[in-house]
Amino acid sequence: MENRSEYIEDIRVIKKVMEESSRFLSLSGLAGVFAGLSAIAGAAFAAIFFLDGNLSISEDFFLSLASGGKESLVLKLALLAGIVLLVSLSLALWLSYRKSFRKGLSIWTPVSKRFLTYLLVPLFTGGILILIFIAGGQFNLILPAMLIFYGLSLVSATKFTYSDIFYLGILETVLGLLAAAFPSMGLILWALGFGILHIIYGLVMYRKYER
Amino acid sequence: MKIDISGLSKFFENRIRLGIMSILIVNDSYDFNSLKSALGVTDGNLASHLRALEENSLIRVNKKFIGKKPNTSYSATEDGERLFRNHLKALEEIIRSR
Repeated sequence: MENRSEYIEDIRVIKKVMEESSRFLSLSGLAGVFAGLSAIAGAAFAAIFFLDGNLSISEDFFLSLASGGKESLVLKLALLAGIVLLVSLSLALWLSYRKSFRKGLSIWTPVSKRFLTYLLVPLFTGGILILIFIAGGQFNLILPAMLIFYGLSLVSATKFTYSDIFYLGILETVLGLLAAAFPSMGLILWALGFGILHIIYGLVMYRKYER
Repeated sequence: MKIDISGLSKFFENRIRLGIMSILIVNDSYDFNSLKSALGVTDGNLASHLRALEENSLIRVNKKFIGKKPNTSYSATEDGERLFRNHLKALEEIIRSR
């Protein structure tokens, strides 16, 4: 049958077009590694400069944050978290942009918009909740909330990208629940979730899809 | 072995029409410009294939305005979806048959 190779090419085109149009495939594994490194650096900085070198957080520390006169410390911690977020996010954006450019894919597509929507709805909800916690002085709930809402946002967005982030999302959520149950372990669990897991996930993704 | 190729449809002999349908099967709707960049084709080329699919009721056109900009998006009809799935099944059978 002389058309056979044509038919095989047809199937290939169908698969490629279906996949590219229904999944955001420009997520970069390297971005995960860098996000993990910046999270670990941030956690180490917090432990050294704000916790006197301790990795565990005492109950007194949470209570002292809530007591009056500690506004500048709260601000410093928020600034540190903001810097970690900004570094990770801008690297992720840049690397994804570069990856899509290399693969000849457009980055602003119907599916990337859907991916972002499903990612950002739980993420913004968590962000607002954390602001409410800060205002109410419930500082022990902030690290767990970060992990839980980040985890849920990954689970929510997984339908529109690599299915691998589903498992990352579940693990982050579980770590968040553990951090809520054991507040003194908050920073270690946070560094595990945002640091180590991101690095492992990034390396797995890099090996699986980018080499 | 006898191969059933009755599911093949002439509409999908063209790769651009095949690509358009592949996108509309996995997406509820897709707008003109996104189709254009996803398939890497020119305006005129895409428009003529879309028209052919629409005239044969394989796709549906939804026109609306986003602000002042007209936005045209397309979805697969039930007929179009059935025809495409039969076509895909026939392709797979042909390839498997040897």
